[in-house]
Order: sequence, then structure tokens, then C-alpha cells
Amino acid sequence: MTQTTTARQGNGSDKGIFSNTAGFSTLITVTVLSLAWLAGFASRLFAVIRFESIIHEFDPWFNYRSTAYMVEHGFYNFLNWFDERAWYPLGRIVGGTVYPGLMITSGTIHWILHTLNIPIHIRDICVFLAPVFSGLTAIATYLLTSELWSRGAGLFAACFIAIIPGYSSRSVAGSYDNEGIAIFALQFTYYLWLKSLKNGSVFWSICTALSYFYMVSAWGGYVFIINLIPLHVFLLLIMGRFSQRLFVSYTVFYIVGLLMSMQIPFVGFQPIRTSEHMAASGVFALLMAIGALKYLHSLNPKGQWKQLLILGGLAAAGAVFLAVVLLTYAGVIAPWSGRFYSLWDTTYAKIHIPIIASVSEHQPTTWSSFFFDLHVLVCTFPVGLWYCIKHINDERVFVALYALSAVYFAGVMVRLMLTLTPVVCVLAGIAFSILCDLVLREEELPTQQDETEESKSLYDKAGKLKKRTHEQPAPVDPGLGMNVRSVTLILIMILLMLFSVHCTWATSNAYSSPSIVLASYGNDGTRKILDDFREAYGWLSQNTAEDARVMSWWDYGYQIAGMGNRTTLVDNNTWNNSHIALVGKAMASNESAAYDIMTMLDVDYVLVIFGGAIGYSGDDINKFIWMVRIAEGEHPKDIHEADYFTERGEYRVDSEASKTMLNCLMYKLSYYRYDSGGSPPGYDRTRGALPGNRGFKLTYLEEAYTTEHWLVRIYRVKKPDEFNRPRLPLAKRTVPTSNTISKKHALGGGPMTTKRRKGMLKNKPTVVKGKKAVKLE
Amino acid sequence: MTSVTSVIPKLYQEYTTKTPKKLKIIDAYLLYIFLTAVIQFVYCCLVGTFPFNSFLSGFISTVSSFVLAVCLRLQVNPENKNEFQGLSAERGFADFIFAHLVLHIVVINFIG
Repeated sequence: MTQTTTARQGNGSDKGIFSNTAGFSTLITVTVLSLAWLAGFASRLFAVIRFESIIHEFDPWFNYRSTAYMVEHGFYNFLNWFDERAWYPLGRIVGGTVYPGLMITSGTIHWILHTLNIPIHIRDICVFLAPVFSGLTAIATYLLTSELWSRGAGLFAACFIAIIPGYSSRSVAGSYDNEGIAIFALQFTYYLWLKSLKNGSVFWSICTALSYFYMVSAWGGYVFIINLIPLHVFLLLIMGRFSQRLFVSYTVFYIVGLLMSMQIPFVGFQPIRTSEHMAASGVFALLMAIGALKYLHSLNPKGQWKQLLILGGLAAAGAVFLAVVLLTYAGVIAPWSGRFYSLWDTTYAKIHIPIIASVSEHQPTTWSSFFFDLHVLVCTFPVGLWYCIKHINDERVFVALYALSAVYFAGVMVRLMLTLTPVVCVLAGIAFSILCDLVLREEELPTQQDETEESKSLYDKAGKLKKRTHEQPAPVDPGLGMNVRSVTLILIMILLMLFSVHCTWATSNAYSSPSIVLASYGNDGTRKILDDFREAYGWLSQNTAEDARVMSWWDYGYQIAGMGNRTTLVDNNTWNNSHIALVGKAMASNESAAYDIMTMLDVDYVLVIFGGAIGYSGDDINKFIWMVRIAEGEHPKDIHEADYFTERGEYRVDSEASKTMLNCLMYKLSYYRYDSGGSPPGYDRTRGALPGNRGFKLTYLEEAYTTEHWLVRIYRVKKPDEFNRPRLPLAKRTVPTSNTISKKHALGGGPMTTKRRKGMLKNKPTVVKGKKAVKLE
Repeated sequence: MTSVTSVIPKLYQEYTTKTPKKLKIIDAYLLYIFLTAVIQFVYCCLVGTFPFNSFLSGFISTVSSFVLAVCLRLQVNPENKNEFQGLSAERGFADFIFAHLVLHIVVINFIG
């Protein structure tokens, strides 16, 4: 592909050999882009090929469920959908609390395909939506980069973004999430913005606003756009780069975009009510004021207007700023919300909103993950940035701002690496294009023929490793006497090849392992699939009452609702902190205190994830400390984080653990009757310890189901008439012992039933699959 | 600095002599929209913003009509020829119509 760009540029510069250069460059561009699309699509299919075509992660299950609902019941019913299965007893108004862009996109595709008589299941559309959109993102990136620099750089950038792990981490097949389509919308909005800025046409501004509208409907990250573009405008004003084109493009974009963004029910009146959006309106007012002053100035250029202009501009800016501050104090405009505040003050969330800090993707980014997600581009994009600043113009100011702000945000939160990735691709594309220009510029005359021939076999570099053998010798041929050049070229080639190898490897190994199906590898390399999650959810949907309430930590809420089809108390839409804290408190209390909470919340079943038997580290005991923290935030009298640590401040589960820890509900539910995993029976392989409290009995709950590898454990909460002991405090000590014998018989029945179920489950997977397909229709 | 009182008549004079007729029509339209916005704002201050979306859609539609007309005026103005290269007055007017189409579809949706 390196040759592609230069060859094309070469063709453009001297028109002797190919009369039809425009046709050639278009052909090459189209081919490269479609190959990038293909490579991007193919490299995201690992999960589907290795496992199956299902939704893999936690969050997307809700998106999938609501998409299926929308396809089934129509758009208006979807907007008015009140989901009583979530957030019991509160329920959730889905239409008003969701960004509907994703559902509408896949619903539209589904509708189009069905109109064309292509009967495809909505699940398959959902699974493959993100890989398909990655191709569109590549095209949008190409357009953006060619607007900024040159088409050659655009091709580089498109190839980069098609396979870069930082983006494919969120868009592999089966991860049906907002980000998958939002990055496309982001890039496309930026492209249209630059386009409209460049030629000052109302048409392009309206297109920008439309694209922005799509972005608003798709992802909460639209706030990034509505702050970055005003920032760009503001900086241009400060740099004295005001132009009427700027005026036209921004004012039209802002006012139409504002009106459009309020059409999304979830966004509502926020664009005029919250501080996050105020920068945009402030810049709008400022631009209007400056435009008016400029106009007056143009009427009478001779007068002493210069000072007046500057003074007027400053006064307008000050007035706007004061107005915003005053309105904020008056309470008309809501101040910055906690989620945004945590972007500026990285410790804010840890202190005030533990629920945000508890999500692993909200942690600060480590240096290694920059390299892991961006590989060689992280080293080369500063070069592109430097060139952009060196040859500055209106558009390049924008990309510099984009890069700087995105680097900051990516450093604050792992999740926001996603916003950094596109701009890194753009700038690295520019850098590589400049480098190739430099290396190949003077060689084009004698080897025109060769280069275009090469280029045809080379432009699918992205992800296609078999071309390596052709690529390496090729640049050496024309490098007559120019050793430095050919060495540089070879080095670039090697770098790019390493990049594509790394991308494929990272996508395959790190980002394509679904969290709903786990795979483990035996010593002989055989792959064993642990399908415990679906086993448990299948059990729930088959063996519990239709309206049973299942309590679990919020991570599993969407999956229980989506696959188990049961009512949950809390789920991944973490809008109600106190409700989550209540669940956390129940998990952190001892059994009797937890029972009170559970009866209060009408809980029928409790579901915990326990990875001790197979060494799965993402289980509930490891997340438990966040439950305690969140519970402590709301109930500081009852829960104290320090109680769950040992005296030396360690978090452990063995015999040295604190008493509170050993007696809390989460601990008991995880280790109840646990005798598997490793050489001493009952050894916890995740924490590498023998549990400190073993052989206990449960009074208020009974084990309902445990999956094959102990990964998911479901307990039934007993009704008050099923136990009568707690009212006899004195006899308490004797009754359980006398009961143990009888209970042992009962228990003997208990495990027997579970064992019997377990025996049945050995040959269950086919049953589960068949049933799942039925359910999904 | 020159006093404001002496500047204003001069500005008015400059305006009446220099501005083409086409632009004056647009200016009249701008004034009309501006007054509409003022009336809406006064009404909302006096009566209240109860159907907030209706007020917003009405007010924003006037603001955006104003903005669009200003943009049209900028693009039509022969003085700005080199600023907007490749944009003829006809193209500007077509864009204006297109923008109004999009805008008012959204406004009708929002006004409730």
C-alpha cells in the first residue's frame, strides 16, 4: 500500500504514461478501501468462528433484547416500552433511558433485508453489525484524512483503523455495543465538519448536523463532539482565523444540531440545561457577536474600529461566560455531572462515586495498554501531529486539538482509548505518507511501470501476511544506489508488517474471548468450552416461576434478563445507585440481616458467580470489595469496608480472614458445600487459598442449582414458613445440632437432587442450544 | 474613539448607499425574524414556558431561520466572492431551502 499512495501521487504529477490518471487513482482507492473493509471484517470474526454466532458480552445483551423487542413490536411500542423485568420493583422506561441509534440501525437493516426477501434473523444482524461498521469507519477515516492531508495518507489511515486493536476491541463480532457504530458516526461527523468549514456551505453544515444527530442517538460520547468543535472554533477565533466560512459552518451546525439532539428522549433538554453543553452555546453567542462587529467594521473600515472590535469581542466573551456562571448558580443550568467531573479530577470518582470507579474500564490507562492497543502507531502519530502543526491551517488546528484532548482522556480512562484510536490512525497515516513521499519521490520517473504493478499486489497489506514475500524485495529493485532510501523503506515495511501481525494477534487473543462462554486449554492443547453461564440461565428460564425475582450483582443483570428471561433487581444500566447499594449491602451482610433485605426486595433467587473451582478471576468474590464500598457509600452505619480486611489490611478468604468476611452472605453463597477444585478438596484456585469457613449450613437459603464447574451458583430464598428456628434464641444452639441430623437427611436429599440434575446436565448442552433458539424467536 | 452618536448616522448612510437591493430584502426578512424571536421571548417571560418543547422549538426555529438567512446573505453578498469559492448565489439559495426543509421537519416533530 505504501507504493499505492506514492504511485498515485506520481501519476498525478506527470501525465505522460497514463492518460487516465484519475481513473487509476479512483480504482486504487476503491480497491484499497474495500480490501481494508474486508480485512477489518475478517479480523473481527475470531469469536464467531471459534464459538458461535451469539452476543458475547454483558452489556450487549440488553441492546440485543431491546432490538429484538423493537423488531417484534414496532418502533413506537419500543419508545414507550416499560420494562418491568428490570430494576424490580422500580422497572425501567426503556425508550427514555437508552440511546436508540443502535437498535434503529439494526432494525432498519433487518427491515431492508426482509423487504428484499432475505430472511435473516435479527440476532445475526446484531452479531455482525459492528464488523460491518468497522468498514464504514475505515471509509470515514479515509475521507477525514484526505480532507486533512492527502488521499495517500487517507488510505494509510483507513488501513490502520480497519485492524487496530484499540478499535476492534469494541467492535468484534458479537459485541453488539453502542461504540461499534458510534466511532463511525464520530469520524464521519468530524469529516463533514471539516468539509463544511473548508467551503462554508450550508449544505455540508446541515449534513454535519445530521451526522451529529446520528451520533447523539448512538452514544453518550457525543458530548465529546459538542465540546471539541466549539473548542476548535474558539481556538480559531483566538488565533485570529475568523472567517465567514467559519461563521456559516458553526452557527448552522450548532443551532440545527442542538434542535436535533433534543429529539432523542434520553437526551431531552440536557443540551440547554447542563454545563457539558454550555461551551457550545457560549461559542455560538460569541461567534454571533463577532460576526456582527465584523459586519459593522466592514461598513466603515476607516473608523477606529480595531480596538472597538477587540474590546467588543472580549466584552461579549466575558458576558457569555458570566451569564453561564450566573445561570449555573441560579440553578437553571445543572453543574457538571459526576461522570464528567471524574474526567478532570481522577480521584473524584474513587471518593464520591465508587460505582463508576468499580467498573474496570473506568480505571486509568497503563502505559503498556497504549502500546498494546496502538502498537507502532503510538510512536509515529506525534510525527503526524508535528507536521500538522508545522503546516497549520484551519483543519489541522482541529486535528491537533482532537489528538491532544483524546490523549488526555485516554490517559484518564481505559474506555476512552476508543476515542484516541481514530485520531492516532489519522495522524500516523499522515506520518507514514510523508515518510513514503520522502523516500520514494524521485524514483518514480524510471520505474513508473513497476510501481503501479507492484501496487496492485501490495495495497492489501493490512492483515494479509502472504504478501510479505513480494513486498520486501520490491523496494530494493528501484533503490539503485540509494541505500538509505531502500533501507528506510524496508524498515517501514517491516514495521507495518509487525503492526498487522500484532493487530491480528491482539484481536484474536485478547479481544475475541467472549465473557459468556469460557474456554480453557488442557495440557495437551485440547480446548474445553465451559458453558456454565448459559447452563445456569437456561436452568433459570426452565425451572423457576415466570415472575421469579433474581438477585445478583449488577454485572449479570442484562444477561439474566436476556437469556434467563427473569426479573432482575439491578443491571448494567447503573442509574440508581442506592438500589445497587442495597443489593451490595445484602451481599455484604450476614445471613439473617441479608434475609431481611431480601424479603424487603421480594427476592426469590440469588445468583452468584464463583470461579474458585476453575480459577476464573472475574468472579463475585473478587468484585466483592466494590460491593462493600458501594454499600458503605449509602449505608455507612451498617457496612464498614475495614471489617472485610484482615488486621494487616489484606483481602483474603482463608482462615486468617476477618470474621465479618467469613460470615457475609457472598462468602457463604460462594463456598457453601464447596469441595472441588484442586488437591485439598475445597481449595480455591482463583485466590490460591483454602477457604477459612467451611462446612457451614445455610438457614435462610437453600441451594437450588450449581453449574458443572461451580461457576454459577443459584440459591432459593426460603419463605418465612420454611424455617422456624430464629425465634428461639436460647435453644438456637441445640436446635440446629439436633436438626443437623434431620437436616442431613434433608440435605442428603438436597445434594442428591442437585447431583441428579448435574448428571442430567452432562448431556445437556444440546438441549440448551435447542431451547435457546426457540426462545430467541 | 469617536463618539457613538456621530458614528450611527454615518453607518446608516453607508448602509443605504452601499448595500445592493437583494441584500436589503434579506435584511428586512432578518428584522422580521428578529422581531418574531423577541415576541416569543417576551411571551415566554410573561406567560411561562410551560410546554417547554413548544417554546424551544418555536424559539430555536426563529433563531435558526435567522442564522440561515444571515448565512444566505453572506453567500449572496458579492463582496464575499473569494471567501466562498465555488458557491454561487443560486447554490446558496438551494442550500438555504434544503436547510429549512430539514429544520422544519425537526421543528414539527419537536413542537408536539
